Amino acid sequence: MFLKLEFQEHKLSSAGLSSATRYLLGILITVLSAALAFVIIRSEKAAPDLATLATNKLNLSGVENPVTAVLLNFRSYDTLLEIAVLLIVAVSILPDRLPIPAATAKIQFLSNMHPHSVNPVLVGLLKWLIPLAIVMGGYLLWTGAYTPGGAFQAGAVVAGAGVALSLAGHHRFIWQTASVRISLSLGLLMFVMVAAANAIITGTTLQYPTPYAGSFILIIEVAATVSIAATLLLLFTQLKAMVEFTMKGNNQ
Amino acid sequence: MSIEIAIDAVLAGGIITLAGLSLLVREMFTAIVLYVSLGLLVTITWARLSAWDVAIAEAAIGAGLTGALLLVAWRQLHDAAAKTERTNHVS
Repeated sequence: MFLKLEFQEHKLSSAGLSSATRYLLGILITVLSAALAFVIIRSEKAAPDLATLATNKLNLSGVENPVTAVLLNFRSYDTLLEIAVLLIVAVSILPDRLPIPAATAKIQFLSNMHPHSVNPVLVGLLKWLIPLAIVMGGYLLWTGAYTPGGAFQAGAVVAGAGVALSLAGHHRFIWQTASVRISLSLGLLMFVMVAAANAIITGTTLQYPTPYAGSFILIIEVAATVSIAATLLLLFTQLKAMVEFTMKGNNQ
Repeated sequence: MSIEIAIDAVLAGGIITLAGLSLLVREMFTAIVLYVSLGLLVTITWARLSAWDVAIAEAAIGAGLTGALLLVAWRQLHDAAAKTERTNHVS
């Protein structure tokens, strides 16, 4: 009746390496981990004044939450590169050969589907949950300036709403539309534009003048939230599309 | 005070146990569920350390989205394995 499924790696795990090699690797890894743990325990507390330094300079940053101040002002170069990495991930997973669903002249990002099975409880729950998640994302984004929160958390919550929506099966996301590509790259674009504008006005790229720092950070965070949410959602829906592709192959 | 130490001890023990189990368990689905539970315990730990930013990020990304991604990937492996099985039966 039911086939017992065996994953390939179960068979390979014992066949690939001889037991001597595996024990040797185990010992090697144990020794390395022990050495690392020893070094961490023995080492001096790294730069103990960084936290106080950040707290003391907080009034120069334009925000009141020290984490946001470090991420988007004191060390914004790191965050800029992180957002660039996210864009690279998004570009590398963007669909290039999935069929564009039948030709209405204008493709919508969110298109309707008629699912085979409808789960009324899930749909009823999502009607409440998705608006709530979007409002929560906005709240996390806004509150990031004062209390814990920020672009990454807000983006993840909004992406979670999208994941729930795509799991319900009534909608699907079409990633070939131009608006999507803009929203994927918006975070990096806005970050670079703010840096460039700052460079033209003040002469330094990422050192915001204190009176404007708050609004600069807010602009960057709004754009970054859109990009982060789009990238995380793209990751999920692409994997899901691959699953559906495999299942279609199974049914034939 | 002693209650707080007890809570921390349970958290630390639970994290190590869940991390070990999610590596050692043979069923991939069980491993994923254990990993998501590990993420939730780590979230509580970050909250106990009053690192609220990290706690929110861990809950949303570490436990939520990573779990969803892993489950979808598991589904795909599952289907691929079923396909191979069927081909083997036919031939």
